[in-house]
Amino acid sequence: MPRLSRRGFLISGGVVGGAMLLGYLFIPRRLALHPAASNTQTWLTSWVSVNADNTITVLVPQAEMGQGVLTTLPMMLAEEMEADWDLVRIETAPASGFYVTDNIAQGFTVGEVAMPAALQRLLDYAFYQAANVMDLQITGGSASVRFTGQWGMRRAGAAARAMLIEAAAERWAVDPAACYARLSEVRHDGSGRHASFGELAEAAAAIPPPLQPALKRPEDYTLCGRSVARRDVPAKVTGEQHYAMDVRLENMHYAAVRHAPVFGGEVASYDAEAIKNAPGIRDVIQIPGAMVVTADNYWRASQAVNAMSIEFSDGEQADFSTAALFETLAEKLTGGEVEADLEQGDASQQLALTGSPITAEYRVPFLAHATMEPMNCTAHWEASKLTLWVGTQDPLGTRALAAKVADVAMEAVTLNPMQLGGGFGRRISFTGNFVEDAVHVAKHVDYPVQVIWSREEDMQHDYYRPATISRFVAALNAKGAPEAWRNHYTDIGVNQARAAAFPPYQIAHQEIGRVTHETPVPVSYWRSVEHSYQGFFIESFIDELAHHAAVDPLAYRLRLLVEKPRYQAVLRLAADKAGWGKPLPERTALGVAIVESFGTIVAEIARVKVSDTVEVEQIVAVADPGELINPATARAQIESGILFGLTAALYGRITVEKGRVVQTNFPNYPMIKLADAPDIEVCFIESRAVIGGMGEVGTPPVAAAVTNAIFAATGKRLRELPIKDQSLS
Amino acid sequence: MAITFILNGRETAVDVEPEMPLLWVLRDVLNLTGTKFACGIGACGACTVQLNGQAARSCVLPVSAVTGAEVTTIEGLAEYDGLNPLQLAWIEHQVPQCGYCQSGLLMAVSALLNKNPAADTEELRQAVTNICRCGSYEAVKRAVQSLTEKAEAADA
Repeated sequence: MPRLSRRGFLISGGVVGGAMLLGYLFIPRRLALHPAASNTQTWLTSWVSVNADNTITVLVPQAEMGQGVLTTLPMMLAEEMEADWDLVRIETAPASGFYVTDNIAQGFTVGEVAMPAALQRLLDYAFYQAANVMDLQITGGSASVRFTGQWGMRRAGAAARAMLIEAAAERWAVDPAACYARLSEVRHDGSGRHASFGELAEAAAAIPPPLQPALKRPEDYTLCGRSVARRDVPAKVTGEQHYAMDVRLENMHYAAVRHAPVFGGEVASYDAEAIKNAPGIRDVIQIPGAMVVTADNYWRASQAVNAMSIEFSDGEQADFSTAALFETLAEKLTGGEVEADLEQGDASQQLALTGSPITAEYRVPFLAHATMEPMNCTAHWEASKLTLWVGTQDPLGTRALAAKVADVAMEAVTLNPMQLGGGFGRRISFTGNFVEDAVHVAKHVDYPVQVIWSREEDMQHDYYRPATISRFVAALNAKGAPEAWRNHYTDIGVNQARAAAFPPYQIAHQEIGRVTHETPVPVSYWRSVEHSYQGFFIESFIDELAHHAAVDPLAYRLRLLVEKPRYQAVLRLAADKAGWGKPLPERTALGVAIVESFGTIVAEIARVKVSDTVEVEQIVAVADPGELINPATARAQIESGILFGLTAALYGRITVEKGRVVQTNFPNYPMIKLADAPDIEVCFIESRAVIGGMGEVGTPPVAAAVTNAIFAATGKRLRELPIKDQSLS
Repeated sequence: MAITFILNGRETAVDVEPEMPLLWVLRDVLNLTGTKFACGIGACGACTVQLNGQAARSCVLPVSAVTGAEVTTIEGLAEYDGLNPLQLAWIEHQVPQCGYCQSGLLMAVSALLNKNPAADTEELRQAVTNICRCGSYEAVKRAVQSLTEKAEAADA
């Protein structure tokens, strides 16, 4: 890959909940100005337009899926621009007719380097690479604020402010340094002159944007750091918010799908005789791996596709089971080739020297995403052009996928991104199997078609969080602290952030590595990705070491984190809020865990009561994201991440038998509800370290916090999830 | 034969199979898309509407079962002069995240509060069994608490 220069790009990135990067690369020279969308609207940068009526329109490239990005990102831009928040209008990028995401490809193609062909499908990976080359230390998702916000919105806002000030100074023939912007105006106190952004927009647009616009100091912020009401909330209390499944088009039909139940299976034969005359049925279509029925409403299509006779051929995976997979993974951990992630000191020698190594093995299952809005995509194939309406975390990657499936150039595909009824990593480009279905169906028919997966199809044809086994060996020194730490874990895919397996603790000798194995089960990112299980593994094992050392688990962690003041502060505040060390009723105890992910450090303390069942009564969470943009949204994200992780810890397990997923719907893949949801208290520390992510960081600590509390309450150590399947006696 | 019922205060007639679930009549026949499909088996509550004031899961409710009844959907929750207090509390406490389950959640909570305007958090937890995958439950508790406190103050 050609060397990229930092100067050549203003880079940002982001996609949320899914731990990949969807970024922008653009070239400041060319970024300069986009053609005016209309006579009264002037584009200053890719993200913001200043309108003649003095409103500004901020285009948000990221998908809104509940994390508040439609509000948080424009706040960052408005802050730097000194725009009046009441005059800020917000749009999802492509809705303006200007496809901001196209700039990603353009950044490559019009610049000095061509986009490597192999990376076109996996744009997220392309940006991961590009960002690494540029030494930005980008490691994963939760990236909207960190990358689009910090690198894009802030700079775009600051650049726009500088250009508007310069335009005003030219008009008034004064020194730009004597002018300043405030509340969507440029002012010059010396002469008392002032002009609105709207008045200055046209002149400002002719000024080249500064390459290094000066950013505001955090202590001068007037908007960021305040809890600002999210702009997307009102439409979500009236039913007016439209998701992809709410798209209604003239002559649109609905399609229900039945996939081959076995991974890699195909339709062998079918008989549609029984259903073809049912009311409303339009077409019966075979697509790769599935049968589809279209009808004038979804229920009719769904009844028909389930009633029709279909024979599937199971293919090569008909004997695959997760039970056998776990056996294979365990064997590989014993005898397989270990690829090292980290070797520090000489762990092997230290472990050989110790008389009594401490060992433990942990296991986590496959997990489904189970977004509330089942997978769906509306597609219309007309005159060799394809139009899509879909909720996606990666509009450009999804568009590229659709173009490939339709066998047309990307320019022939128009993608209308819709708000997502949940993402969590399910709706990224390479997991677009539902988009593929919609494209295949659309190419068969001459009407717009809305393809909707039932919950059962959604659960059984997901791209799952990988099942993983992790084996630890440690040696303690005379003081009870770990002298050596070895962790070998299994990797069946999507492990990219190797550092997720590194303990934060001061341990002289470490050896961390993986054994890889391929499975037929499709895997992908799942909220917090590797951290979702590495957090459980590391924070369980450190708890076990504390027990062996006969030291309080909180004190044990604090001792091993003496060189990490941010961790210390987070742990101490959490302990204080949770009342660590205070007496509790019988069989009720606290458990602690701390995980840094996506640049944010989060400690969680669970209060758990164990009777016949496990009752998680309370979670106290303390997070240090460096800096808070919108505290109310941040709190909601931490609460959300906790309940997402807790649902998985308590109930989540996808099992495969005879090549097919056993779980079908919420009764056998349960979700936490109000009755079982703990009280959650969230506190923040703003250490002013580099800003961290928020969408995923609440998830990683919660499983270990709960199982550590169960151990404290009962003496029973749970080394496998979910908790509901484990014996507590 | 047409099936008639009162939908958000208006007499409505549809001519479909009697066993078609109300959800799909609302969404695909009448194009009222505020009511959501999520599980199809009455397990999650995203499709909750009110049937004569009671919360009902429309994905498992044959349309014939609502003949002559009053059906209220999220589109009918607002009052003639604007959003109702529950919706305002939802905005004040910024309850929705992705928002997909919120229509059903609002219909379930409003049915509870119609029955018992001073319902406490424990009653809420037992009565409302809707799933929110974004985990908005803390915000739900805060929003409902703000309303029930007002109701209690008004009673006192």
